[in-house]
Amino acid sequence: MPDAVGKTYPSVAYAVGREKVREFASAVGEEAPVHHDPDAAREAGYADVVAPPMFAVVYSSRALASALFDPDVGIDFARMVHGGQEFVWGPPVVAGDEIATEVEVKEVAERGGLAFFVFESRSTNQDGETVCTGTWTNIVR
Amino acid sequence: MTEIAPGAALPELKVTPDKYLTVRYAGASGDFNPIHIDEEFAQSVGLPGRILHGLWMMAQVARAIGAAGDGPAALRSLSIQFRGMGFPEQELAVSATVKDVADGVATVEAEAFQDGRRIIRKGQAKLQVG
Repeated sequence: MPDAVGKTYPSVAYAVGREKVREFASAVGEEAPVHHDPDAAREAGYADVVAPPMFAVVYSSRALASALFDPDVGIDFARMVHGGQEFVWGPPVVAGDEIATEVEVKEVAERGGLAFFVFESRSTNQDGETVCTGTWTNIVR
Repeated sequence: MTEIAPGAALPELKVTPDKYLTVRYAGASGDFNPIHIDEEFAQSVGLPGRILHGLWMMAQVARAIGAAGDGPAALRSLSIQFRGMGFPEQELAVSATVKDVADGVATVEAEAFQDGRRIIRKGQAKLQVG
């Protein structure tokens, strides 16, 4: 629904845990010690294991779900496909960080018989730095 | 060390997700959509079978590009378009090319293929290289 454009959702907090970072890094094949070994991470200058960039999916997904499942947005899930994705990263996320994510409905449009739903997520850490901005494009056939 | 100069190809990344990869990624990411983990369900909605998570495929593009950068926070941005479905137990190949380098940041373009089908297109990244 076009009137959902501009709608925002309450910020969702995510506490980054060391084992979750390791589990995610393993699942995506990120094998560098800095993602798995706290000592290696500290030697490289980080407080704890470093989340791979795509860990953004983990800390922002609950916030995104509020928008995806919002009846005001009205997505027909049986016909939805993930059309595109963009992430812009800020300072690295490490285990122990507290990330807060806000989501906004950016665009609802119809083009060539397809409905495009674009959401933007903005994730900030405990120091107020933006660690990731995500643009999520879903297409409903 | 890979040469990062305009026109240079980054090392191709090839990975074959095993049969249970989608189950592990579902747990790791929190995306338990049954089209990724339940063969019968996937077929019941008209798919050939379970399909890979799009964001896992994107993570392979991120890995292919990030490996050429300067440290774990080298990947500054990545955008992609999904063009097709990916399947477990088939090799995924990511190719990436440096387009431009300015002020220690490389602009990289990437695509991903499975079995000759282009499944990710228009990958564009900014990568810290120095």
